[in-house]
Amino acid sequence: MKTTLPPSAAVPPPAALPTPGKKPSSGSHARGRRSEVRFLSSLGHIALAVWAVIVIVPILWTFLAAFKNTGEIFSSPWTLPAELRWENFSRAWTKARVGRYFMNSVVVVGCGTFATMLLGSMAAYVLARYRFWGNRAVYYLFVSGLAFPVFLALVPLFFVVKNLGLLDTHTGVILVYTAYSLPFTVFFLAAFFRTLPNSVAEAGMIDGCSHVRLFFQVMLPMAKPGLISVAIFNVIGQWAQYQLPLVLLSNAKDKWVLTQGIADISVNAGYEADWSGLFAALTIAILPMIIVYAIFQRQIQSGLTSGAVK
Amino acid sequence: MRHGKYPFVIGFLFAPVTLYVVFVIAPYAQAFQVSMTNWRGLSAPQWVGFDNYRRLLDDGNFWKAVQHHGVLLLALPLITIAIALFFSFQLNVGGRTVNGQRQGVWGSKFYRVVFFFPQVLAVAIIAVLFQMVYRPNESGLINGVLMKLGFDPVLFLVRPNLALWSIIAVLVWQAVGFYVVLFSAGMASIPGEIYEAAEMDGASRVTLFFRVTLPLLWNTLQVAWVYLGIAAFDAFAIVAVLSVDSGGPDGATTVLANEIYRNAFVYSKYGYASAMGVALFFFTLTFAALTLRLTKRESVEY
Repeated sequence: MKTTLPPSAAVPPPAALPTPGKKPSSGSHARGRRSEVRFLSSLGHIALAVWAVIVIVPILWTFLAAFKNTGEIFSSPWTLPAELRWENFSRAWTKARVGRYFMNSVVVVGCGTFATMLLGSMAAYVLARYRFWGNRAVYYLFVSGLAFPVFLALVPLFFVVKNLGLLDTHTGVILVYTAYSLPFTVFFLAAFFRTLPNSVAEAGMIDGCSHVRLFFQVMLPMAKPGLISVAIFNVIGQWAQYQLPLVLLSNAKDKWVLTQGIADISVNAGYEADWSGLFAALTIAILPMIIVYAIFQRQIQSGLTSGAVK
Repeated sequence: MRHGKYPFVIGFLFAPVTLYVVFVIAPYAQAFQVSMTNWRGLSAPQWVGFDNYRRLLDDGNFWKAVQHHGVLLLALPLITIAIALFFSFQLNVGGRTVNGQRQGVWGSKFYRVVFFFPQVLAVAIIAVLFQMVYRPNESGLINGVLMKLGFDPVLFLVRPNLALWSIIAVLVWQAVGFYVVLFSAGMASIPGEIYEAAEMDGASRVTLFFRVTLPLLWNTLQVAWVYLGIAAFDAFAIVAVLSVDSGGPDGATTVLANEIYRNAFVYSKYGYASAMGVALFFFTLTFAALTLRLTKRESVEY
């Protein structure tokens, strides 16, 4: 799915525009309608601007507060910091272990998404393009996972992971992330593989290409747009996970992921009154997302909404 | 041509299916079983039938949580969809007509990028961010301003009747951008001639919105409602991190997920927590079935 964005740069503000006679719609009530248009669109525009401020200000305010000290945060929450106190960041990065949590998140989400994409695309491919006994059953087994809330499984899941000796390990979290990402991944990719043309696959087969080679060298590259959408969906979903690591990593603080870590720092900040450290930690958590979003904004928007448009 | 099909099929399915059955299907199946026991994790579980479910009926916190889901289920989709529809209409057809194609207002692209951003952030991170925004003294973003202006600080998360709405506001803050993009995609596929024809018949902008955009967007709206409804049944991270003592004050913001977590991993009442999980599952299922039934209606072809 693609959002067609109008070339906004070429469109001047509507209030400045309506020249009489140029609008195709100008009929007998043109004058009344024009003032209505002008009023509504300026009202709408104000609403848009207000919402943009509501979105931006809390984030910007956090970035500014990250450079202040506790005194400044209380006395002048709305001014620029008196000086750039980078030590807040180094305190957050090392003492509050945000660096550690950040790297843990990178490892877990990186491995989790890679495993999800590999296993998910393998299953989806076979289910979409091969006829065999039990195909439908396996497909619905995967898709039914979309209907269940994770919280239903939380208690037994905890014991499954515990009995496998994977509690408080990254391996356990990665396997669980992968398993819970499979339903959507298989559902989405199976639909995608079905749309790929048969002729290429047949040509490959005639040339003596094995099934495995056909998949990795012909079909996967052809499915790249679909793979990218799902990968983005999974990276953002797994990066945001909070409840699963909370349950699966509770006793291994050095293995915690970023969401858990930041939530914990926020509790401790209350006891230690280290608010500037907390703001710095938040900034470290948010800033990379802004950078990634700024670069891949298009792909992220279409990746995340792809599930809904299906 | 299909030489060696079965070894290949089995080879490709083995790892994903095993992983999925062990970590997803088996726990779901066990959840129903555990919910019929009084398991506390130490001794072997004892079968107690529907006792856990009977106890649920008298559990004040459980009903509070259910009630909060009810509020969330109405408020979250209604508010989010209303705001998102208004904005996406502005962004897609709010402007003038250029070459027979309706345009959005000036700066549409910018707004869409900014509005969507909170969607990329983890809910737990947003919850910590809004803890700061809602702080009850002059260090809070909102109360800092209010107190400068001479007002009393508003205790967003402490006053029981305000706490849940403060949380809903954060959820709306995060969700709006996603639905603006979703609705924009739907609106972009509505042909410009329809608007043009309606305008020539003298339709005002409000009429355009209610008579053209809304009916043609019905399917997308239905999807949005289901998504937001499912989000309303979750809300764990936001409540656990943002509210006072995760679900407080005094259960004023608790949701089922928090009760499940607390019962299982704080009190070790695994059987009872699983019963809550099963209840949550049936609530979700009922909601999805009802929505699909109630909103079923002829989709308009164009």
